[in-house]
Amino acid sequence: MSATGLHFLLPEASANAHSVDVLWWSMVGLCAAIAIGVFVVMFVFCIRYRKGRPADHHLARETLPVELTWTVVPFLIFMGVFAWSLVLYARSRTPPADAETIYVVAKQWMWKIQHPGGQREINTLHVPEGIPIRLMMTSQDVIHSFYVPAFRVKQDVLPDRYTELWFTATRIGDYRLFCTQYCGLDHSRMGGEVIVMSPKAYAGWLDQHNTGTSLAEQGAALFRAKGCSGCHGPNASVHAPDLDGIYGRIVHLSDGSTVVADDRYIHDSIMLPDKQIVAGYAPIMPSFSGELTESQVLAIIAYLKSTRPGTAPAHESTKGTYKGTKP
Amino acid sequence: MNATVLTPGFPELEPPRTFYTHKSGLLSWLLTTDHKRIAILYAITITLFFIMGGVAAAMMRINLVEPNGALLSPETYNKTFTFHGVVMVWFFLIPSIPATLGNFLLPLMIGARDLAFPRLNLFSWYLFVIGGGFTVTCLILGGVDTGWTFYTPYSTLFSNTNVILVAVGVFVTGFSTILTGLNFIVTTHKLRMPGMTWFKLPLFVWGMYAVSLVMVLATPVLAMTLSLIGLERVAHVGIFDPALGGDPLLFQHMFWFYSHPAVYIMILPAMGVVSEIIPCFARRKIFGYQFMVYALVGIAVIGFLVWGHHMFVAGMSPTAVLVFSILSFTIAVPSAIKVFNWTATLRRGQISFEAPMLYALGFVGLFMIGGMSGLMLAAPALDIPLHATYFVIAHFHYVMVGGTVMAYLGGIHYWWPKITGRLYSEAWAKFAAILMFFGFNFTFFPQYVLGYLGMPRRYHAYPPQFQLLNILSSAGASILAVSYLIPVLYLGWSLFQGARAGNNPWNARGLEWQTTSPPPKSNFLERPVVQKAYAYDEPAPGTPA
Amino acid sequence: MNSTAAGMRARGLVAEQFDDVEQQRATSQFGMWVFLATEVLFFGVLFAGYAVCRVRNPEAFLLGSQHTEIVFGAVEAGILLLSSATITFAVNLIAFDQRRWVAALLVLTALLGVAFLVLHGVEYSHEYDEHLMVAVDFAQHGPHARGIELFFFLYYAMTLYHSLHVLVGVCVIMTMATLVWRRRIRAEYPTPLILAGLYWHLVDIVWIFLFPLMYLIGR
Repeated sequence: MSATGLHFLLPEASANAHSVDVLWWSMVGLCAAIAIGVFVVMFVFCIRYRKGRPADHHLARETLPVELTWTVVPFLIFMGVFAWSLVLYARSRTPPADAETIYVVAKQWMWKIQHPGGQREINTLHVPEGIPIRLMMTSQDVIHSFYVPAFRVKQDVLPDRYTELWFTATRIGDYRLFCTQYCGLDHSRMGGEVIVMSPKAYAGWLDQHNTGTSLAEQGAALFRAKGCSGCHGPNASVHAPDLDGIYGRIVHLSDGSTVVADDRYIHDSIMLPDKQIVAGYAPIMPSFSGELTESQVLAIIAYLKSTRPGTAPAHESTKGTYKGTKP
Repeated sequence: MNATVLTPGFPELEPPRTFYTHKSGLLSWLLTTDHKRIAILYAITITLFFIMGGVAAAMMRINLVEPNGALLSPETYNKTFTFHGVVMVWFFLIPSIPATLGNFLLPLMIGARDLAFPRLNLFSWYLFVIGGGFTVTCLILGGVDTGWTFYTPYSTLFSNTNVILVAVGVFVTGFSTILTGLNFIVTTHKLRMPGMTWFKLPLFVWGMYAVSLVMVLATPVLAMTLSLIGLERVAHVGIFDPALGGDPLLFQHMFWFYSHPAVYIMILPAMGVVSEIIPCFARRKIFGYQFMVYALVGIAVIGFLVWGHHMFVAGMSPTAVLVFSILSFTIAVPSAIKVFNWTATLRRGQISFEAPMLYALGFVGLFMIGGMSGLMLAAPALDIPLHATYFVIAHFHYVMVGGTVMAYLGGIHYWWPKITGRLYSEAWAKFAAILMFFGFNFTFFPQYVLGYLGMPRRYHAYPPQFQLLNILSSAGASILAVSYLIPVLYLGWSLFQGARAGNNPWNARGLEWQTTSPPPKSNFLERPVVQKAYAYDEPAPGTPA
Repeated sequence: MNSTAAGMRARGLVAEQFDDVEQQRATSQFGMWVFLATEVLFFGVLFAGYAVCRVRNPEAFLLGSQHTEIVFGAVEAGILLLSSATITFAVNLIAFDQRRWVAALLVLTALLGVAFLVLHGVEYSHEYDEHLMVAVDFAQHGPHARGIELFFFLYYAMTLYHSLHVLVGVCVIMTMATLVWRRRIRAEYPTPLILAGLYWHLVDIVWIFLFPLMYLIGR
């Protein structure tokens, strides 16, 4: 089922879509009620008090109580809407802990998707129904924006930064994906589809499209091929930080501050190494900006994530790991 | 010469020496320091820019009739929507009411002979013409395809168009705005005639004062931000370029720090105009004058604190999102107060429906709808799906076109007799106003639906399921275009064939109605009488009770 | 000389829109203050950009600042402070119609402004020799090269805009000196000189903020 044909209602295809719609339609109702109320009053006044009608024209008395009322009451209503929206917003910014990460690299004018198992897509994103999905996104050039109306999700995708959004698809089908931050010539052609499948069908799709190496395995290969292990490996002659299990750890920087080694930190350490120097190390790491694409950086990050203690190496396997299929 | 107020509608038999006839010849206009002549120079120039921006809009709407783009290539479309935004925002909407009606009326309304700095006023106009002319030339020859928002890194590193030149042009024009605002602030503080205290000022004057505060404090930020874009394109240092350690969000913060107050520059004068028209045609003083003043100033001040609501999905921290959201909800309160007060002014009035009143009532309705859609966008949970879709386009066109442009036209009609000394055709004016109201809704209401359904903005082509709504919108736009053309015709005709207007054809209150139509060069031949604001319960000075 | 309002208006000293010379002076001064407020907002963007970039590149900014010439910067600050004093004396003395003193002080102020510009030009030429001239000839090495380039980008943007204001100020002050010499500005009509003084003080104050941020932070 695809989203063509004339619809005046957008399908609610994600877990959060319904609560967003409740807020949306409530606001539409509230605004309509206020608008109709004001229009009716204006209309009645225009008729009742039009020139020549013998209506009572003597001046009104004290106006302050009325004015305070229609200052305070709208303010309270607006604060109520704000609070309601706060709850929904917090939910939309907090992916569940068990969300599966899929990587997105935007470039003029296409979306490149990388599944952790190594499967790649262009302009389409296959996801399983009912499983929370977290998209980790970056851009290779200008600012883009990932927008799926049916899911009610949108997030700008920035160069040299990672932004994320999450959703749980709740209806099988194909849903439009748009780029919605103007990015140049073919901005209006930079779109595609999110294809929601049953978990079983998704596992099958992953099987069909697997490239033989998972993203983390690709990252491990790059780690060796690009010479990272030459300095960061156990037998290196150069004094460089050990990266085993680095992801998520606290790092002490040369200026005395600390930072958590998250995706952004690792990305910047590779592409902008002078930005944050680890305490006790010389700033001799070369930048790989221009040598590594954003997709390759994501692979390396996936590899480094996989070296965390407690996770099996290259744990994100090439086959589907959802609900019953073997790893 | 006896300059007492004549009975409304009674034409003068011999036109006295007015600011038109005071001196003649092209040079006397191009070198004038008379605020009234400068207002007319501005009116002509901004009308030309409005036509240019309107042609761009027409091209876009024709193109959007078909899903694959009916008229323009993607490249041309991108340059066209940039042209439309740049011209309409900076060369039409921002100067529209302040530079035309504000320039003409501010000294009259406070009983002054001119603005505080008349030569600076003329200089403002020249900056406007030079900056605007230069910018439009660069936009047409070669063009710019970044959108009027110039987001980086696209505008600094990727666009191959005349970005620097257009930035320079807008920079220059910005100083026109700054100097006008400076002139208005100083004039309002220092040149009020004896007896004209702050709380007797018409709300139009308060509107000019509030907008001038914003113009003066916000526009320099735009100037420097555009300057940094230009410098960055030359130097490639990376202040906004993430690959070099810079931050594209820094640009967005700087840009929107100006551009959000800019939208209040566009609406505050409109509110001032409507606050003059409604009391006059309802024959009642404005309801809640003091609250209306505080609301105007409150909008101007809080308007500086909400810029981040343009960036809810840009990558700001959730804390920033919440702060900007709560402030954006707060700023809706003074706007709501104003809508309620305008409505309440109608109560127990003696309402008549001349064209200015139709425009003013249309403003209240359309501004309210546009404002409420803004309220929806202030909620981050709703802004996430709606941001950068046609919902936002509908929102700001409701407030800027359904709001400001209608108020501007209402003001033009209301003060037309005062400015030109002629009466326009009321029948045609009413027809055009009503046609405009319907044409406007026909054009822009479908865009709310398009946005809800997910059609992004700045799209040259779109998926086929959006076509019907796009066709509706384009059809409405053709009606709207006609409704803008009609006033040009009958207003132009009235200049030559219209009945002559008396001093106060509407029997309004306010000092500008106590002088001749058109006024003499020094504004008043006899000292006007200061009444309390909106003294519709008292007779106009000079008339029998 | 007729010093009534009508008399002064007849002699062209009071513009038509003003009731008297006092209203004219108060209005003009108020206008200059409003203009100065816009200048604060104008430069404020660059200061805000500096703040953000410095937080993101703290070490690079300290290093960059060490490449500026502190002696020149300090002398320039001294020159501007002195010039603010000289123009203040001039503005105060005009009330006593001390034409020669006032004109001399104004010329001195302008010369100090020119000295500032010359010194700054020398600074720029030194920076060019050291390959610090962003967009023209910039070549620094080491891990913080990019941050230093950013520092100098802001340095040139801020000092060039400031120098432009100094140049305009010098021209305005020389014009004032001429008008004073020709007695067009005198005790009876000092307004343009007062406005010029206010403008010059702003130019001075901007440098007072620029100097520590650009020259002193790394030392």
